[in-house]
Amino acid sequence: MADAAVLPETAAVAWRPRVDDARLREAGRRWTGTSLFHAVGFGLTGVLLLVLSPWTFPLALIFFAHAWAIPELYANRGAKVLRPGRRTEPAPERIALGLLGDLVGHDARDLLERTGLVLERGRLGAWLVGPVGAVLVRPGARRLHCFCVLVPDPALPTGDRVAHLLLALREDEVGFATVANGAFSGAPWRLRRRLPRRARPGLDAAVTAARSGVG
Amino acid sequence: MAKLIRMDQTGHTTLATWTAEDAPAAEAATRALREQLDLGYYAVVTRGEGHAQQITALPADADTVILRRPIAGG
Repeated sequence: MADAAVLPETAAVAWRPRVDDARLREAGRRWTGTSLFHAVGFGLTGVLLLVLSPWTFPLALIFFAHAWAIPELYANRGAKVLRPGRRTEPAPERIALGLLGDLVGHDARDLLERTGLVLERGRLGAWLVGPVGAVLVRPGARRLHCFCVLVPDPALPTGDRVAHLLLALREDEVGFATVANGAFSGAPWRLRRRLPRRARPGLDAAVTAARSGVG
Repeated sequence: MAKLIRMDQTGHTTLATWTAEDAPAAEAATRALREQLDLGYYAVVTRGEGHAQQITALPADADTVILRRPIAGG
Protein backbone atom coordinates (compact mmCIF):
# COMPACT_ATOMS: atom_id res chain seq x y z
CA MET A 1 0.00 0.00 0.00
CA ALA A 2 1.44 3.34 -1.02
CA ASP A 3 0.60 6.07 1.43
CA ALA A 4 0.19 9.55 0.05
CA ALA A 5 -0.05 12.20 2.73
CA VAL A 6 0.13 14.94 0.11
CA LEU A 7 -2.87 15.50 -2.10
CA PRO A 8 -1.74 14.58 -5.63
CA GLU A 9 -3.68 17.49 -7.12
CA THR A 10 -1.17 19.89 -5.55
CA ALA A 11 1.24 18.90 -8.34
CA ALA A 12 -0.98 20.88 -10.73
CA VAL A 13 -0.39 24.03 -8.67
CA ALA A 14 3.25 23.41 -7.82
CA TRP A 15 4.02 27.15 -7.92
CA ARG A 16 1.76 27.74 -4.93
CA PRO A 17 3.31 27.46 -1.48
CA ARG A 18 1.40 25.09 0.79
CA VAL A 19 -1.13 26.90 2.90
CA ASP A 20 -0.40 27.30 6.59
CA ASP A 21 -1.66 29.47 9.44
CA ALA A 22 0.65 32.34 8.56
CA ARG A 23 -0.41 32.33 4.91
CA LEU A 24 -4.08 32.26 5.87
CA ARG A 25 -3.54 35.22 8.19
CA GLU A 26 -1.72 37.08 5.42
CA ALA A 27 -4.51 36.33 2.93
CA GLY A 28 -7.05 37.56 5.48
CA ARG A 29 -5.15 40.81 5.98
CA ARG A 30 -5.01 41.33 2.20
CA TRP A 31 -8.77 40.86 1.88
CA THR A 32 -9.44 43.26 4.76
CA GLY A 33 -7.00 45.78 3.32
CA THR A 34 -8.60 45.62 -0.12
CA SER A 35 -12.09 46.02 1.31
CA LEU A 36 -11.00 48.94 3.49
CA PHE A 37 -9.17 50.54 0.58
CA HIS A 38 -12.33 50.55 -1.52
CA ALA A 39 -14.76 51.49 1.25
CA VAL A 40 -12.61 54.24 2.75
CA GLY A 41 -11.26 55.48 -0.58
CA PHE A 42 -14.64 55.87 -2.23
CA GLY A 43 -16.27 57.11 0.97
CA LEU A 44 -13.68 59.82 1.60
CA THR A 45 -13.79 60.90 -2.02
CA GLY A 46 -17.55 61.31 -1.71
CA VAL A 47 -17.11 63.39 1.45
CA LEU A 48 -14.42 65.48 -0.21
CA LEU A 49 -16.71 66.22 -3.14
CA LEU A 50 -19.45 67.38 -0.79
CA VAL A 51 -17.01 69.59 1.09
CA LEU A 52 -15.82 71.17 -2.14
CA SER A 53 -19.32 71.80 -3.40
CA PRO A 54 -22.73 70.58 -2.28
CA TRP A 55 -23.72 70.59 -5.95
CA THR A 56 -21.59 67.47 -6.43
CA PHE A 57 -24.11 65.59 -4.32
CA PRO A 58 -25.20 63.20 -7.15
CA LEU A 59 -21.59 62.32 -7.92
CA ALA A 60 -20.83 61.88 -4.21
CA LEU A 61 -23.75 59.49 -3.97
CA ILE A 62 -22.18 57.35 -6.70
CA PHE A 63 -18.95 57.22 -4.71
CA PHE A 64 -20.83 56.28 -1.53
CA ALA A 65 -22.62 53.54 -3.44
CA HIS A 66 -19.28 52.15 -4.59
CA ALA A 67 -17.93 52.30 -1.03
CA TRP A 68 -20.84 50.13 0.07
CA ALA A 69 -21.19 47.88 -2.96
CA ILE A 70 -17.65 46.70 -3.60
CA PRO A 71 -17.15 44.97 -0.21
CA GLU A 72 -20.66 43.54 -0.62
CA LEU A 73 -19.73 42.14 -4.03
CA TYR A 74 -16.68 40.50 -2.49
CA ALA A 75 -18.85 38.84 0.15
CA ASN A 76 -21.33 37.79 -2.51
CA ARG A 77 -18.51 36.15 -4.43
CA GLY A 78 -17.63 34.22 -1.29
CA ALA A 79 -21.23 33.11 -0.78
CA LYS A 80 -21.25 31.53 -4.23
CA VAL A 81 -18.91 28.77 -3.06
CA LEU A 82 -21.82 27.37 -1.03
CA ARG A 83 -24.40 27.51 -3.79
CA PRO A 84 -26.32 24.24 -4.18
CA GLY A 85 -24.96 23.21 -7.57
CA ARG A 86 -26.82 21.70 -10.48
CA ARG A 87 -28.85 18.63 -9.59
CA THR A 88 -28.95 15.57 -11.82
CA GLU A 89 -31.61 12.82 -11.99
CA PRO A 90 -33.31 11.94 -8.67
CA ALA A 91 -32.08 8.32 -8.50
CA PRO A 92 -28.32 9.07 -8.79
CA GLU A 93 -28.78 11.99 -6.40
CA ARG A 94 -30.36 9.65 -3.85
CA ILE A 95 -27.61 7.05 -4.22
CA ALA A 96 -24.87 9.66 -3.97
CA LEU A 97 -26.46 11.17 -0.89
CA GLY A 98 -26.53 7.72 0.72
CA LEU A 99 -22.80 7.27 0.16
CA LEU A 100 -22.07 10.74 1.47
CA GLY A 101 -24.21 10.04 4.53
CA ASP A 102 -22.11 6.95 5.20
CA LEU A 103 -18.96 9.07 5.18
CA VAL A 104 -20.07 11.49 7.89
CA GLY A 105 -21.06 11.19 11.52
CA HIS A 106 -24.54 11.50 12.97
CA ASP A 107 -24.47 15.26 13.64
CA ALA A 108 -22.94 16.06 10.26
CA ARG A 109 -25.57 13.86 8.58
CA ASP A 110 -28.35 15.85 10.23
CA LEU A 111 -26.80 19.10 9.01
CA LEU A 112 -26.33 17.58 5.56
CA GLU A 113 -30.03 16.76 5.34
CA ARG A 114 -31.02 20.29 6.37
CA THR A 115 -28.50 22.29 4.35
CA GLY A 116 -26.87 20.04 1.74
CA LEU A 117 -23.52 20.94 3.32
CA VAL A 118 -21.04 18.90 5.35
CA LEU A 119 -19.31 20.19 8.47
CA GLU A 120 -15.81 18.83 8.91
CA ARG A 121 -13.44 19.72 11.72
CA GLY A 122 -9.83 20.15 10.75
CA ARG A 123 -6.54 21.46 12.03
CA LEU A 124 -6.94 24.79 10.23
CA GLY A 125 -10.48 25.29 11.51
CA ALA A 126 -14.03 24.16 10.85
CA TRP A 127 -14.81 23.41 7.21
CA LEU A 128 -18.18 23.66 5.56
CA VAL A 129 -18.12 21.70 2.32
CA GLY A 130 -20.57 22.09 -0.56
CA PRO A 131 -20.69 20.83 -4.14
CA VAL A 132 -18.63 23.66 -5.66
CA GLY A 133 -16.50 24.91 -2.82
CA ALA A 134 -15.82 25.10 0.87
CA VAL A 135 -15.69 27.64 3.66
CA LEU A 136 -13.04 27.47 6.36
CA VAL A 137 -13.99 29.15 9.63
CA ARG A 138 -10.79 29.79 11.53
CA PRO A 139 -10.47 28.94 15.22
CA GLY A 140 -12.21 31.61 17.27
CA ALA A 141 -14.62 32.26 14.38
CA ARG A 142 -13.56 35.85 13.83
CA ARG A 143 -12.62 35.18 10.22
CA LEU A 144 -13.47 32.75 7.47
CA HIS A 145 -12.02 31.92 4.09
CA CYS A 146 -14.12 30.92 1.09
CA PHE A 147 -12.59 28.56 -1.46
CA CYS A 148 -13.72 27.69 -4.96
CA VAL A 149 -12.88 24.04 -5.52
CA LEU A 150 -14.75 21.32 -7.38
CA VAL A 151 -14.55 18.09 -9.28
CA PRO A 152 -14.67 19.09 -12.95
CA ASP A 153 -17.34 16.60 -14.04
CA PRO A 154 -20.75 18.27 -14.46
CA ALA A 155 -22.55 14.92 -14.79
CA LEU A 156 -21.82 13.89 -11.19
CA PRO A 157 -24.69 14.04 -8.69
CA THR A 158 -24.49 16.74 -6.05
CA GLY A 159 -23.78 14.30 -3.22
CA ASP A 160 -20.83 12.82 -5.10
CA ARG A 161 -19.44 16.29 -5.71
CA VAL A 162 -19.48 16.97 -1.99
CA ALA A 163 -18.02 13.51 -1.29
CA HIS A 164 -15.14 14.17 -3.69
CA LEU A 165 -14.23 17.36 -1.86
CA LEU A 166 -14.71 15.78 1.56
CA LEU A 167 -12.42 12.86 0.79
CA ALA A 168 -9.76 15.15 -0.65
CA LEU A 169 -10.02 17.37 2.43
CA ARG A 170 -9.61 14.36 4.70
CA GLU A 171 -6.62 13.13 2.74
CA ASP A 172 -4.67 16.37 3.04
CA GLU A 173 -6.32 19.43 4.55
CA VAL A 174 -3.44 21.75 3.74
CA GLY A 175 -3.18 20.40 0.20
CA PHE A 176 -6.92 20.91 -0.23
CA ALA A 177 -6.62 24.56 0.79
CA THR A 178 -3.63 24.94 -1.52
CA VAL A 179 -5.39 23.53 -4.58
CA ALA A 180 -8.54 25.59 -3.95
CA ASN A 181 -8.84 29.15 -5.22
CA GLY A 182 -9.54 31.78 -2.58
CA ALA A 183 -12.78 33.63 -3.28
CA PHE A 184 -13.24 35.77 -0.18
CA SER A 185 -12.06 36.24 3.36
CA GLY A 186 -13.74 38.26 6.06
CA ALA A 187 -15.96 38.14 9.12
CA PRO A 188 -18.61 35.39 9.19
CA TRP A 189 -21.45 37.95 9.43
CA ARG A 190 -20.42 39.45 6.11
CA LEU A 191 -20.86 36.10 4.40
CA ARG A 192 -23.92 34.94 6.31
CA ARG A 193 -26.27 37.63 5.05
CA ARG A 194 -25.30 36.82 1.46
CA LEU A 195 -25.94 33.09 1.83
CA PRO A 196 -29.14 31.34 0.73
CA ARG A 197 -31.41 30.87 3.75
CA ARG A 198 -30.97 27.09 3.63
CA ALA A 199 -27.17 27.33 3.94
CA ARG A 200 -27.14 29.64 6.97
CA PRO A 201 -27.54 26.92 9.63
CA GLY A 202 -24.48 25.28 8.08
CA LEU A 203 -22.40 28.39 8.55
CA ASP A 204 -23.79 28.81 12.07
CA ALA A 205 -22.70 25.26 12.90
CA ALA A 206 -19.22 25.88 11.49
CA VAL A 207 -18.91 29.09 13.50
CA THR A 208 -19.98 27.25 16.65
CA ALA A 209 -17.46 24.47 15.95
CA ALA A 210 -14.70 27.00 15.34
CA ARG A 211 -15.52 28.83 18.57
CA SER A 212 -15.60 25.67 20.61
CA GLY A 213 -12.22 24.55 19.32
CA VAL A 214 -11.38 22.27 16.45
CA GLY A 215 -8.67 19.85 15.53
CA MET B 1 -16.84 -8.47 2.30
CA ALA B 2 -14.83 -5.51 0.99
CA LYS B 3 -15.89 -3.53 -2.02
CA LEU B 4 -14.41 -1.22 -4.60
CA ILE B 5 -16.79 1.54 -5.62
CA ARG B 6 -16.50 4.37 -8.09
CA MET B 7 -18.34 7.66 -7.71
CA ASP B 8 -19.89 8.37 -11.08
CA GLN B 9 -23.00 9.64 -12.86
CA THR B 10 -25.14 6.87 -11.35
CA GLY B 11 -24.31 7.88 -7.78
CA HIS B 12 -21.80 5.11 -7.43
CA THR B 13 -20.97 1.81 -9.10
CA THR B 14 -19.60 -1.24 -7.31
CA LEU B 15 -16.75 -2.49 -9.48
CA ALA B 16 -15.58 -5.43 -7.36
CA THR B 17 -16.14 -7.23 -4.09
CA TRP B 18 -13.67 -9.52 -2.38
CA THR B 19 -12.60 -11.20 0.82
CA ALA B 20 -9.15 -12.12 2.03
CA GLU B 21 -10.02 -15.81 1.65
CA ASP B 22 -11.22 -15.47 -1.93
CA ALA B 23 -7.99 -15.05 -3.91
CA PRO B 24 -9.56 -14.93 -7.41
CA ALA B 25 -11.99 -12.22 -6.29
CA ALA B 26 -9.16 -10.25 -4.70
CA GLU B 27 -7.14 -10.53 -7.91
CA ALA B 28 -10.11 -9.34 -9.96
CA ALA B 29 -10.55 -6.41 -7.59
CA THR B 30 -6.85 -5.56 -7.90
CA ARG B 31 -7.17 -5.58 -11.70
CA ALA B 32 -10.25 -3.37 -11.51
CA LEU B 33 -8.42 -0.96 -9.23
CA ARG B 34 -5.43 -0.78 -11.60
CA GLU B 35 -7.70 -0.08 -14.56
CA GLN B 36 -9.38 2.78 -12.73
CA LEU B 37 -6.07 4.24 -11.55
CA ASP B 38 -4.88 4.16 -15.16
CA LEU B 39 -8.01 6.07 -16.14
CA GLY B 40 -7.05 8.85 -13.76
CA TYR B 41 -9.11 7.99 -10.68
CA TYR B 42 -7.68 8.20 -7.18
CA ALA B 43 -8.44 5.42 -4.71
CA VAL B 44 -9.24 6.43 -1.15
CA VAL B 45 -10.02 4.57 2.05
CA THR B 46 -11.52 6.30 5.06
CA ARG B 47 -9.55 5.92 8.29
CA GLY B 48 -12.00 6.85 10.98
CA GLU B 49 -13.90 10.10 11.17
CA GLY B 50 -12.05 12.97 9.56
CA HIS B 51 -9.28 10.94 8.00
CA ALA B 52 -8.80 9.38 4.58
CA GLN B 53 -5.83 7.86 2.87
CA GLN B 54 -5.00 7.60 -0.77
CA ILE B 55 -3.91 4.11 -1.81
CA THR B 56 -2.55 2.45 -4.93
CA ALA B 57 -3.10 -1.16 -3.87
CA LEU B 58 -5.99 -2.83 -2.12
CA PRO B 59 -5.45 -2.71 1.64
CA ALA B 60 -6.17 -5.86 3.61
CA ASP B 61 -8.10 -4.02 6.34
CA ALA B 62 -10.42 -1.80 4.31
CA ASP B 63 -14.15 -2.39 4.01
CA THR B 64 -14.64 0.07 1.21
CA VAL B 65 -12.28 1.58 -1.33
CA ILE B 66 -13.72 4.65 -3.04
CA LEU B 67 -12.58 5.89 -6.42
CA ARG B 68 -12.73 9.62 -6.94
CA ARG B 69 -11.83 12.07 -9.69
CA PRO B 70 -9.15 14.73 -9.20
CA ILE B 71 -10.39 18.03 -7.82
CA ALA B 72 -9.36 21.47 -9.02
CA GLY B 73 -9.69 25.07 -8.02
CA GLY B 74 -12.86 26.55 -9.45
